[in-house]
Amino acid sequence: MDPAAPPLRLTFGAPHARPGTAPDFSDFPVPEAGAMRRPPVDTPAEEMRDLAFGMIRILDDAGEARGPWAEALALDDAAQLEGLRHMLTLRAYDARMLLAQRQQKTSFYMQHLGEEAISCAFQRALRPGDMNFPTYRQAGLLIASGYPIGTMMCQVYGNDGDPGRGRQLPVLYSSKAHGFFSISGNLGTQYIQAVGWAMGSALSGAEAIAAAWIGDGSTAESDFHAALVFASSYRVPVILNIVNNQWAISTYQEVARGSVGTFAARGHGFGIPALRVDGNDYLAVVAAARWAAERARRNLGPTLIEHVTYRAAGHSTSDDPSAYRPSDEGASWPLGDPVARLRDHLIARGVWSAERHAQAEAEILAGVIEAQKQAEAIGTLHQGRRPSPAEMFDDVYAEMPPHLRRQRQQAGF
Amino acid sequence: MATMTMIEAIRDALDLALTEDSRVTLFGEDVGYFGGVFRCTAGLQQKHGVARCFDTPISELGIVGAAIGMAAFGRRPVVEIQFADYMYPAYDQIVSEAARMRYRTAGEFTCPLVVRMPTGGGIFGGQTHSQSTEALFTHVTGLKTVVPSTPYDAKGLLLAAIDDPDPVIFLEPKRLYNGPFDGHHDRPVTPWRGHPLAEVPKGRYHLPLGQAAIRRAGTQLTVLAYGTMVHVALAAVAETGIDAEVIDLRTLLPLDLETITTSVRRTGRCVIVHEATLTSGFGAELAAQVQAECFWHLEAPVERVAGWDTPYPHTAEWDYFPGPARVAAACRRVMET
Repeated sequence: MDPAAPPLRLTFGAPHARPGTAPDFSDFPVPEAGAMRRPPVDTPAEEMRDLAFGMIRILDDAGEARGPWAEALALDDAAQLEGLRHMLTLRAYDARMLLAQRQQKTSFYMQHLGEEAISCAFQRALRPGDMNFPTYRQAGLLIASGYPIGTMMCQVYGNDGDPGRGRQLPVLYSSKAHGFFSISGNLGTQYIQAVGWAMGSALSGAEAIAAAWIGDGSTAESDFHAALVFASSYRVPVILNIVNNQWAISTYQEVARGSVGTFAARGHGFGIPALRVDGNDYLAVVAAARWAAERARRNLGPTLIEHVTYRAAGHSTSDDPSAYRPSDEGASWPLGDPVARLRDHLIARGVWSAERHAQAEAEILAGVIEAQKQAEAIGTLHQGRRPSPAEMFDDVYAEMPPHLRRQRQQAGF
Repeated sequence: MATMTMIEAIRDALDLALTEDSRVTLFGEDVGYFGGVFRCTAGLQQKHGVARCFDTPISELGIVGAAIGMAAFGRRPVVEIQFADYMYPAYDQIVSEAARMRYRTAGEFTCPLVVRMPTGGGIFGGQTHSQSTEALFTHVTGLKTVVPSTPYDAKGLLLAAIDDPDPVIFLEPKRLYNGPFDGHHDRPVTPWRGHPLAEVPKGRYHLPLGQAAIRRAGTQLTVLAYGTMVHVALAAVAETGIDAEVIDLRTLLPLDLETITTSVRRTGRCVIVHEATLTSGFGAELAAQVQAECFWHLEAPVERVAGWDTPYPHTAEWDYFPGPARVAAACRRVMET
């Protein structure tokens, strides 16, 4: 035995602040907007490791779009204004559904507050036929692809207008036509499925690519690692997104990540090019997503994107974040609010104003409320028209086997 | 007609499926260039190309998870888990994802895939190469679970499974790959050659999932078995001289309850045989169904013969395996009641 050897010990990752202490992001580096280089999409992974450690940012504090990613983006004013409307729609939708849950019109809800840019912006890189494999916090993909929010509400209420027939928890939407794969309630499972879907596309000689989504906490699941192995092994046309919103319910992202490196850097262990992006910067997310989509479409293989953001609200309606983090922590988040940043950029460009913004917010909210009225006219969780309980026995198999027919009879249908 | 081993019959089915349906894609550990550790895919990559039959990283979760995505895209993945004992990392994908995809999306997304796995013991494989995992699948609604016992059935059931619109777990009793093993491990190995149920027609034929087969007609006792235990049961019955009816379930879910109950109502006695451990095994489900449907016809309690509730031991394999002597003893006990 070596008398000089210290006793062995472990390191336990912890957030910088807990309830009762002041928020502290002092060691969270925020690189300057426009500073990150934009390599050609066919650059070998090992020659662009810096992109996994820095951060692609376009919008600066003054609302200016800066740097090579902005120059390559070429997103016109109309498209940017549309992006702003998508984010405002998602925010208004969230607010109404949160209220509906408090009014017991549904059992459960999960909002996107602070993370609206990522899903709303990402969808711009996809084409009809492409497929997202989302988590529960990417409803902006649906909104940006034109899915009716009234139908989303019907899903949340589990009423007779729910295409999923009330079988899934609220917010676990599905729409093949809108490139939105059915959300699982299990974390991480969709990541490898996205890779398999894109393999299927490539094996069929098709043109569609897939986008996988996962949260910072769920990157610890084996599904994440299997997905990276398969994506790397077969150079699969897939975009592997990680949304790092700092919190996995009450667990700080450092517990899944370790205290060094970034989530994006995990791509390099598999030879997968990786980008780390300011997830509260609508333009940066579009720029990164398009870069990755081009790689996929040109058979250059997968790209990992870490979207850095902050979950400004609770994990779900069942969560009270004031129990584990300072209640004013969100206000100190260094990357700001995604809606305000795009709004300020558009105002700085002279194509938008505070008045028009307020007017747009009111119009969008009115539209959401109108859709809500129509959805509630069909029903809510406990009232109105719901799918018949007899449907409970449908779709277990394509054809109902004898034992299920017997059970349906026993249940009285 | 040519006789085939079960390996050859499975390979023939896969070859046909690859030839006739461009959506069919085979993958798994060592299934590509090498053709699988049990040789079920030998030559298929060479014949059909690497994109139709390929090797994967050692990740059962990855294999099944990728197959789910591929099936959702519209292909027909037929994947191999090298041993059923290795399937546990894929279990979440099978149970929470594949089995429920149709249900949770009201039919918008489906999972027509086949997961093939060699199952069962008798090869000195120890506790990680011998397990019979069928009850872990029959308990999961949304899956179909198939266990063939002959080369003829293996081909017809596998082709039906590949064409099925829902996920199918296809358990291949590895001790039957090369011959109709009846449990007499101390006797010379019997090959499939010359066995009537090893005569495999050329070309496509389907055996519908959910239909049992009566392997021996009888009047005094009904023996329910599947996979390797069909052959063990036939040997055991022959040794007792009891006029027993031996039913090969072939598909555990959906279950052919009608064939079972018709027989038990006639014989009034029932012995259930499986190699998997006893407690909460599929035999418990069978016993419950038999007593519920045939209670007033039963002359004796239903008996189960199964693997002991221990892990599959290595050196004590033949003391663990529910061989002909144990099955015969159970048959005699049931007849004496």
